[in-house]
Amino acid sequence: MNLVKLIEFFRGRLKTVVRLCFVVLAVLVLLDAIPAIVDKEHAHTSIEHWPGFWAVFGFVACVLVIIISKWFGHAGIMVREDYYEDGSAPLASTPKGHHE
Amino acid sequence: MNNFWIHPALILILGALLLPLVPAALKKAYLLLVPILVFLRVYTMAHGTFGEVSFLNWTLVFGRVDALSNVFGYIMSLMCILGTLYGLHVKDDAQHIASWIYVSGSIGCIYAGDFITLFLFWELMAFSSVFLIWFRGRRESLGAGYRYLLVHIFGGLALLAGMVWHCNTQGSWAFDASFCKLAVHHATPATYLILIGFILNAAVPPLHAWLPDAYGEATFNGSVFMCAFTTKTAVYALCRGFAGTEILVPLGVIMALYGVVYAVLENDSRRLLAYHIISQVGYMVAGVGLGTEMAINGACAHAFAHILYKGLLFMGCGAVLHMTGQSKFTELGGLWKKMPWTFLFTLIGGLSISAFPLFSGFVSKSMIVTAGFEEHKLWVGYLLLLASAGTFLHTGLKVPYFIWFGKNKPKKETWDRAAEPPWNMNVAMAVAAFLCIFIGCYYPYLYKMLPYQEAAAEFAKTVYSPYHISETLQILLFTGLGFFLLLKKLVPEPTISLDMDWFYRKGGRAFLWFAKYPVQSVDNFIGELYRYAGLIPLMLTAKVSALFDNYVIDGAVDGFASSFRGIGRRLRFVQRGQMQQNLAFAFAVAAAIIVAFLLFSRISKASVPARLSLPGAPVSQSALPTAGLTSDAVTTR
Repeated sequence: MNLVKLIEFFRGRLKTVVRLCFVVLAVLVLLDAIPAIVDKEHAHTSIEHWPGFWAVFGFVACVLVIIISKWFGHAGIMVREDYYEDGSAPLASTPKGHHE
Repeated sequence: MNNFWIHPALILILGALLLPLVPAALKKAYLLLVPILVFLRVYTMAHGTFGEVSFLNWTLVFGRVDALSNVFGYIMSLMCILGTLYGLHVKDDAQHIASWIYVSGSIGCIYAGDFITLFLFWELMAFSSVFLIWFRGRRESLGAGYRYLLVHIFGGLALLAGMVWHCNTQGSWAFDASFCKLAVHHATPATYLILIGFILNAAVPPLHAWLPDAYGEATFNGSVFMCAFTTKTAVYALCRGFAGTEILVPLGVIMALYGVVYAVLENDSRRLLAYHIISQVGYMVAGVGLGTEMAINGACAHAFAHILYKGLLFMGCGAVLHMTGQSKFTELGGLWKKMPWTFLFTLIGGLSISAFPLFSGFVSKSMIVTAGFEEHKLWVGYLLLLASAGTFLHTGLKVPYFIWFGKNKPKKETWDRAAEPPWNMNVAMAVAAFLCIFIGCYYPYLYKMLPYQEAAAEFAKTVYSPYHISETLQILLFTGLGFFLLLKKLVPEPTISLDMDWFYRKGGRAFLWFAKYPVQSVDNFIGELYRYAGLIPLMLTAKVSALFDNYVIDGAVDGFASSFRGIGRRLRFVQRGQMQQNLAFAFAVAAAIIVAFLLFSRISKASVPARLSLPGAPVSQSALPTAGLTSDAVTTR
């Protein structure tokens, strides 16, 4: 199957793919800094005129979402899968690092 | 013309009822034909008000066709074709019947012009979709189905109470049962009750927990149907009745973030997608709350795009569940060798929901975000963009990564079962994937259907501006960077997450405990009390009266006895326990009540015209819903 071969092709060159991704990220921020290409006339606020503002926003958003959610989950929201099955199960968070 | 107007939902209901009679050889063709007919019917429907039926002293409007109802009718009937195609190989007629009746409920709501019709179809949706959960046949599905039904009955009751109250305060049931924009700036308790009914179906926290509970537990193709219809019908109802309701803006933003937070914790792929429905519907609810022309356009466009990409995502994860029997990340991994095409289609769905340029979410989601910024509600714009980073994190990255790649190795039997799904599932996914890309590339297709054409044309000028592309790509790709840097933190854990359903799942148990112990003991105590204080004196009296009875009464009664036996024989007919006779009896009683009701309503009708002249009371029935949308726009601004 061709699609499998294509995925295998990329997996075989994982380091090159990763490097390529970093290049794409850098180019993206560089382009954002050139007013002739990315015209910021439609920006909603002045802070958006900083080059790479949205890159920082995206990265910080991702990290915040992961850290806050995981903290929230381990504060007692994540429970055993059979939590609802027996009536006497106490409200307890799962121990970290427990994988089947 | 009115006489020949065929309701698209009627085609679907009749089609569903006739399905068991169709010979097996023709079944697949029939299963495709009926939804296609419904789609063509919706596509060719002219604007106007049709299907007006007088019922008692109300006018029911089954067909209010305008730009707003048509864009929703179009996508619902299109999704019905895709969903049926996806489950084409399912042999069980009942599953197809349930899903078609469910869809017809949704289409019925969309074209309903008055509250009574809306309510009838609203309930039809709840009562037919519950079977899509039960048909999975697991013990958990039974419980999940009952919870789903109970929650929706609660929502339906709130809606009904609000409707009755609303129509009564409007003067009379007969004169304003029409479903138009409600006076959101002078909201009454009745308006709030209707709003509760709507936002429960839209899964707005804290009334949202039914959604992941039900959609994670439904059959593999049942979820494909469910993810499209209930919440988006509610979005339609909100667009129609509550455009510009301020409180919906913060609620929508909370939804968008809430879904993202729970999606991080979720281990079941379909429950993760369900939490992302909450997140995505949050955008639409916020759009409705903003209420500007662009925001309402955005809510409609996003609902349209969302139905396709979320359907596609549920199809992808449903295919994995169907083929491997697993939907949990901890039980899956590395499937790219076995199901590469399913991976590709799911990835396209993931890129669409994340609003990548050239995919459908890009041209719809940004409309709502821009509307937020333009209303100078900066926090709305920034928080929705934060949520869209979270969307890509999970649906675009976590779902494909942990199912098709990842370090986890599935069990041998899961691995051996895994293979590409049947052709019809692949075709349905391919068509949905094509549409996601098509809308993203050729956006006028979608924008031409939106209710406010001028605002849509205005937005179309800037949607593919370099700044918008640069902004989106930066947010998404740097989110991707964060994902791979924090991958270790994101490894799925075999847990479930407590949500608002805790209150009724554990609360129900507390109620049972309360019923079992405190109530039971009080009951016992009262029973004992009766025994000592009531029963023993009673027995004594009985003994005395028995003596009296034996000697005095018997003589007198014997004469009556023979005449009573005759009556008893006739009464026995009623209580013999035969079903048909009991039913006939019940119908007769019901008929008598209806006749009495009709008589009563005729009397009250005579007294009603006096109220007609009240200033401000809506007068004409025929002028009600046709102009709904255009006049709404004026009141909104």
